[in-house]
Amino acid sequence: MPASEFGAEIREHDGTGVIDLRGEINLGADQALNAAYDAAVLGDPRTVVLNFADVDYINSTGIALIVGLLAKARKEHRTVRAFGLSEHYRQIFAITRLSDFMGIYADEDSAVTATVST
Amino acid sequence: MTTIPSNLRRVLRREPRVRPTTEPVAAPPERVEAPPVEIAPNDPLVAYFSGATGAVDISALQLDSPALEGLREAGIKLVVPLVSQGELIGLLNLGPRRSEQEYSADDRKLLNDLAGHAAPAVRVAQLVREQEAEVRQRERIEQELRVAQLIQQQFLPHELPDLPGWQVGAYYGPAREVGGDFYDFIKLPDDQIGIVVGDVTDKGVPAALVMATTHSILRAEAPRLIAPSAVLTRANELLVDEMPAHMFVTCLYAVLNPATGQLRYANAGHNVPYVSTEDGVTELRATGMPLGLLPGMEYEEKQATLAPGDTVLLHSDGLAEAHNGEREMFGFPRVAALTGEATDGEVLIDRLLKELADFVGPDLEQEDDITLVTLGRRPAGEAGQERRLAAFEVASEEGNERLAIDQVAEAVAGLGLDGARLERLKTAVGEATMNAIEHGNSNRPELPVEISVVADRTDVKVRITDQGGERPLPEVETPDIEAKLAGLQTPRGWGLFLIENMVDELRTAVDEHHHTIELVMHLKEAPDARI
Repeated sequence: MPASEFGAEIREHDGTGVIDLRGEINLGADQALNAAYDAAVLGDPRTVVLNFADVDYINSTGIALIVGLLAKARKEHRTVRAFGLSEHYRQIFAITRLSDFMGIYADEDSAVTATVST
Repeated sequence: MTTIPSNLRRVLRREPRVRPTTEPVAAPPERVEAPPVEIAPNDPLVAYFSGATGAVDISALQLDSPALEGLREAGIKLVVPLVSQGELIGLLNLGPRRSEQEYSADDRKLLNDLAGHAAPAVRVAQLVREQEAEVRQRERIEQELRVAQLIQQQFLPHELPDLPGWQVGAYYGPAREVGGDFYDFIKLPDDQIGIVVGDVTDKGVPAALVMATTHSILRAEAPRLIAPSAVLTRANELLVDEMPAHMFVTCLYAVLNPATGQLRYANAGHNVPYVSTEDGVTELRATGMPLGLLPGMEYEEKQATLAPGDTVLLHSDGLAEAHNGEREMFGFPRVAALTGEATDGEVLIDRLLKELADFVGPDLEQEDDITLVTLGRRPAGEAGQERRLAAFEVASEEGNERLAIDQVAEAVAGLGLDGARLERLKTAVGEATMNAIEHGNSNRPELPVEISVVADRTDVKVRITDQGGERPLPEVETPDIEAKLAGLQTPRGWGLFLIENMVDELRTAVDEHHHTIELVMHLKEAPDARI
């Protein structure tokens, strides 16, 4: 499978910053991912939601980037939630315990409207 | 009784309940049942009664109707049609009054009222009776299915033969409406073994009985005659006189000498077996008519030698001739291709069934019995000898782990790893290759990462070698995510932890110049698997 470049788009959904991720989350995604996060929190939302539906590969460096993003958000007292993860990456998020600190949801509406992270 | 098509039923002929008051009341009125009268579906009387608005005096009726003649001959005088929701459901037939007087207007009115009330009740009774008959019919069919299953299961082998140096696999999946598939292993002199796969045309109890007969004949004749052609010739002779009309048996019979790998076989119109060999897929073709069709048949006998690593698939048509929702057939070419990718008979059976399930989809009922028998010759002297599936290199450049992942995924495609386990292996391969590029080869593009993929009967192993020389594999620690989130540790450091959690076993091997990490994934997940 040819490598697909990482990309991220920002939008707002009911006061929540949504980051639509696509392609591969690896070392090459570092700058773009952090820039997307910074853009998403410009309006100072309480919650940032990551959309993984169009992400086809996450390696350990990508996991590290997500951990870094989560650390930054926690420092700013923001909640990070995620949706659109494949079953395989749901398992990886469970193994790495990322899902203990970032609610994983089935779809965007559930992620945006959730009051308690699961 | 009057018999007419569809739902018209018998009605008693009786005297009207109007008794002359002058007669003594001691004796009850005599009840006489009219003889049956057949009314053909196209008899004009049916249409006439359907449209009649009340009691019909048939003596005055002018119709060219055989049934009308029949009613008159039976002594019927007056007929009251029973009509429910516009449908003629019965007739109330009456003979002449005992007083020999004509039926009065009051009598007719009474009878018409009676018919108006009786017709719906009769219709309900008819429907109940029809429903009861349907239930009884369904129960009878289910009972027959159970009997057919019992017969069939009685004659299927309870265990597989233990042949040193061979791996034998078998699967029998009955359709709901049990077909006539069967398979068998027959012990023969000189440590040879007979292998049977057959299919009786038709389904249910008749097919199961023919299967049982064929099974018994083969069991009796095979040890005596040995040669596959002679066994099928004899079986045909015995079956042809006993075979019910429109039934026959397709049957592949083979005799294996496990010591030499020699396989003699003859085929009575059954599916051609496929053999997975080092040079690709071959077919075991031999001509012969199905058993029980015609007397005096002869069967061609052929022989093949199975080399170490070869796997034979014997299969009934329930597999290749299965259809999906678009009425496309699973097809023999697909069965042959999947056989060609097999490294192991049991894995092949699992793969075929998985591919079939994916092809057919979850909503369609299995059309026919499916029988699969595999016979694999293990590599000489070593049951678990490895078979190389791929060997390649990638340059030590960032992102090349994706090349490694894709090539490994392609190499293991025929092993039947389920989707989740394949994804885990891919992730482990990616991480191990990244480690080799970054840590072993220091991101120097001229240094290759060497990757080989091998499989044996139970495992697939991916070996990833870098040029970094002897270095210890660091102890795998669980990363402290709290510390990372608090900024007390670098967010990185997940690779080895991920690898260890993705595969079933992780091994390393080193020499002066190379460092190899071996990822082991069992082909079948252990019941206590972590994920």
